[in-house]
Amino acid sequence: MVLWLLILIPILAAPLAWMGQQWSRHAPRWIALSAMSVDFLLASFFGSQGLSLQASGHGAWLVESHVSWIPRWGISLHLGLDGLSVILILLTTFVGVVAIIASWTEIQNRVGLFHCNVLLALGGVIGVFLAIDLFLFFFFWELMLVPMYLLIIIWGHAQRRHASFKFFLFTQAGSLVLLVAIVALALLHQQATGRPSFDYADLMGLTLSSEMARWLMLAFLIGFLVKLPALPFHTWLPDSYTEAPTGATIILAGILAKTGAYGLLRFTVPMFPEVISDVAPLVMGLGALSILYGAVLACAQTDIKRLVAYSSISHMGFILLGAFAGTELALHGTVMQMVAHGLSTGGLFLLAGALQERYQTREMGQMGGLWSVTPRLAAMALFFACASLGLPGMANFIGEFLILFGSYAAQPFMIILASIGMVMAAIYSLGMMQRTFFGQQRDARMAPDLSNVAFGTLLFMAVLQIWLGLYPKIVLTTARPVMEQLVQSVVASPNPTHSPSGSLLSSHIGTSQGSAP
Amino acid sequence: MTLQDFIALSPLLDLGAFSLVTMLAIACRRHHARIAIFAFVSCLLTLATLPWAATVAPRAVTTLLVVDGHALLYMGLVLTATMVIIALSYRYLNFQFREKEGVEEYYLLLLLATFGGLVLTTAAHFVSFFLGFELLGLSLCSLIGYLRTRRHPLEAAVKYLLLSITASALLLFGLALLYFESGAMTFHGVGAIMKQAQSVPALWLGGLILVLIGIALKLGLAPFHMWIPDVYQGAPTPITTYIATVSKAAVVALLLRFATEVGVLELPPVVHLFSLLAVVSMVTGNVLALLQQNVKRLLAYSSIAHFGYVLVALLAGGPPAAEAVTFYVIVYCAMSLGAFGVVTVYSSEGGDKNRFEDYQGLFWTRPWLAAMLALSLLSLAGIPVTAGFIGKFYAIAAGVDAGLWWLVLALIGNSVVSLYYYLRLIVTLFDEEPAQATALQGLPIQSLQTAGWTAAFSLGFVASIILMLGLYPGPLMEVIRDSVSNLLMVAVQRP
Repeated sequence: MVLWLLILIPILAAPLAWMGQQWSRHAPRWIALSAMSVDFLLASFFGSQGLSLQASGHGAWLVESHVSWIPRWGISLHLGLDGLSVILILLTTFVGVVAIIASWTEIQNRVGLFHCNVLLALGGVIGVFLAIDLFLFFFFWELMLVPMYLLIIIWGHAQRRHASFKFFLFTQAGSLVLLVAIVALALLHQQATGRPSFDYADLMGLTLSSEMARWLMLAFLIGFLVKLPALPFHTWLPDSYTEAPTGATIILAGILAKTGAYGLLRFTVPMFPEVISDVAPLVMGLGALSILYGAVLACAQTDIKRLVAYSSISHMGFILLGAFAGTELALHGTVMQMVAHGLSTGGLFLLAGALQERYQTREMGQMGGLWSVTPRLAAMALFFACASLGLPGMANFIGEFLILFGSYAAQPFMIILASIGMVMAAIYSLGMMQRTFFGQQRDARMAPDLSNVAFGTLLFMAVLQIWLGLYPKIVLTTARPVMEQLVQSVVASPNPTHSPSGSLLSSHIGTSQGSAP
Repeated sequence: MTLQDFIALSPLLDLGAFSLVTMLAIACRRHHARIAIFAFVSCLLTLATLPWAATVAPRAVTTLLVVDGHALLYMGLVLTATMVIIALSYRYLNFQFREKEGVEEYYLLLLLATFGGLVLTTAAHFVSFFLGFELLGLSLCSLIGYLRTRRHPLEAAVKYLLLSITASALLLFGLALLYFESGAMTFHGVGAIMKQAQSVPALWLGGLILVLIGIALKLGLAPFHMWIPDVYQGAPTPITTYIATVSKAAVVALLLRFATEVGVLELPPVVHLFSLLAVVSMVTGNVLALLQQNVKRLLAYSSIAHFGYVLVALLAGGPPAAEAVTFYVIVYCAMSLGAFGVVTVYSSEGGDKNRFEDYQGLFWTRPWLAAMLALSLLSLAGIPVTAGFIGKFYAIAAGVDAGLWWLVLALIGNSVVSLYYYLRLIVTLFDEEPAQATALQGLPIQSLQTAGWTAAFSLGFVASIILMLGLYPGPLMEVIRDSVSNLLMVAVQRP
């Protein structure tokens, strides 16, 4: 039942935050902030416990909660927590806190409702990371959409109507395909054993014909790629990231995109080991394409939020690449990249939002030379730009490096392509810095620098970036058991994904990094 | 007829008797509030006889009627929906009927239509089928035109009358053809003879298809949907609600019994026809709904699409299909009661509120009403926490179970399209309110304070049903499972 607390704290605090508006303007903000902080502390308690208990892998959960829900379909309220979920929940709660702080000054009307929606969305995301009953997973998966949609449509910028529609329709179309696959799996379980089941462990044990597995895998893949998003399904992303208010953009980029990656790691890869090897090159190609495409388009943007949005597509491409590489090293990189991207993009969007709040524009052409006006803001932007371009010593570097290194054995050509993306990242990140903070100052208005709270938050995120960049073991050991299991499940399948040298390499690196205590 | 038969028939007898008493009461003394309460209580008492009738169910009462779990479940649905509609009607009529003359017969007609609905849920014979069909249709006809001084309701009533006549004509002809070929008038008898037959004669098939088209006309499946938008728009809003919920639920109850007992879905031509109807309904309904600027018309077109989804579930065949159809219909009734209920309540406060502009910024002026509408729309769109999600899940599960991949894909594609227009309406609720609306605010708020509690109570009831079925559908699923096994068992065992 403790796991339910993680979900229920934000969800129960949501109506409270709405009502809090009547007491004072700040009450909803404080309620939201304290709810997320309590959640964060609770998650870190689980995290530290998990480390000492040797975090377990698929099907062996650190903490588990199981209550029957809809017996007719074998659906239960089944939550489970392992290393991967702990990391992502920590990220969610932390980025949630950042998003609330980022909205502190930006959101001035309907404060209560705004925070109510933020809390509901975050509660849904935490549910997604915890649910191991597929129906429950889908339930939370959909649940987070509605508050997100409201955040964009009510508090968004000029084109919000268009953006929110696109966001909702795309993600909904992806999810419905996913739903059909989930239902089909449950019914296949019924055919095999006589009773339907949506439970993760039950469905993992299902043996599928290869044609069936291929179709179902495809449906799972599409559902998660839309959310990630990868190349052909990405068109909703720039619009909604740009038009959403800063807080919502941080949640969208920092957390919501991770639910797609989580789905790939938790469901798509381990559930269909027989066919993963067939599609892996294709999907990895998609990842490499996303990296290049996002990077090229990011270079061409004049709108600062749009630039970060396209860079986000590029970074998510790395995650896709790593998730399907099939080596433990690349998988570790994927997890690292998820955390690092959450931190760096969260920071960048916070800064972009701060700029927009000060100058009422997102066009970089109208900025320029802002370093002298807002030195704190500029310094933080430089830091996060460097983090985003993958400067060694930062978390992003670890993630991207591990992914590239880990998947080279499987797909050398694509890795070379993807590496070009890293070079492009330097171009657009530094280009953004140049156009915004250096050079001739276009706008003569004076603007206040970052507030102490915002500065402190960013500083904290920066410290985390460096800490994880220098000491990535804490993330890697937490996720290790899950990743090991993942690799084994793929290797154990009739036709292994990768050459023996790949797994040899990974095991070698794995031991050299020191095994878990 | 034994005592047991009378117990089994008690819901019908009860409502019939109460309809007569209501008529006499109106003849004695007209009083709007008193008659409305009387009609409400009649439904409530009829509802109370259901558990009593359940003690002797399943039971065939003469060859005409069957009282079993299936019939009782749908009776409960029909009666509950009628009660909600009566509660919503009172204020609406008070507002619309300025001259305060002859309002009371409205409730009598409503009870008679419901009586027709009850007959349909129990019908197992051509005669009871036709009687129920006509009783429901004719009562509705006069209800649609009840606001007799207006142009739109009268126009809608004429349209519905023509439709009713067409449906009845096709139905009668179809039933006659079936009787000609089989010599039987009971569903079961026709089904038994059809199973023995080596090949299905063309006349027989023609008869079946005519009967099904009659039903499709009543359900408003495309391409027999032409009447739906006009009648939905023109009828007084509580009656629109009634057509969308009670009338369709009763016809679906009948369709399910007819389809299982006659074994219609074992005939390939009928299956093809239904698949075609399903796809055409989904596409027509959703595409035309995209173009609407009127809330009632939008909901009308969306209802066409929703019955397309119901057909997908029905086509799956077997127990899962019957379960999914029943669940979906119950959910659909709740959602429609919610959506049309909001329109009714909002319209009771000053003029018909049909256009999108009327709903602009409603969330900021009337948060509860707007939240209720948003909840119903999200449910219609099939978003979790609402009943609509579980309903869609059930329909998809039935379709996937039967391997109807193309129909399931069509359902999904259409759901996404439908999302667009539901969102458009939801967005309107959250828009900035128009400037002139703030100037006129004084009046509606005052009228809200005067007599809102029946409306608030009924909408609250519907909202809790939508949420409860969305969060904890287990118990209802069990009830439906029982009723479906009842339906199938009776179909097999009855002599």
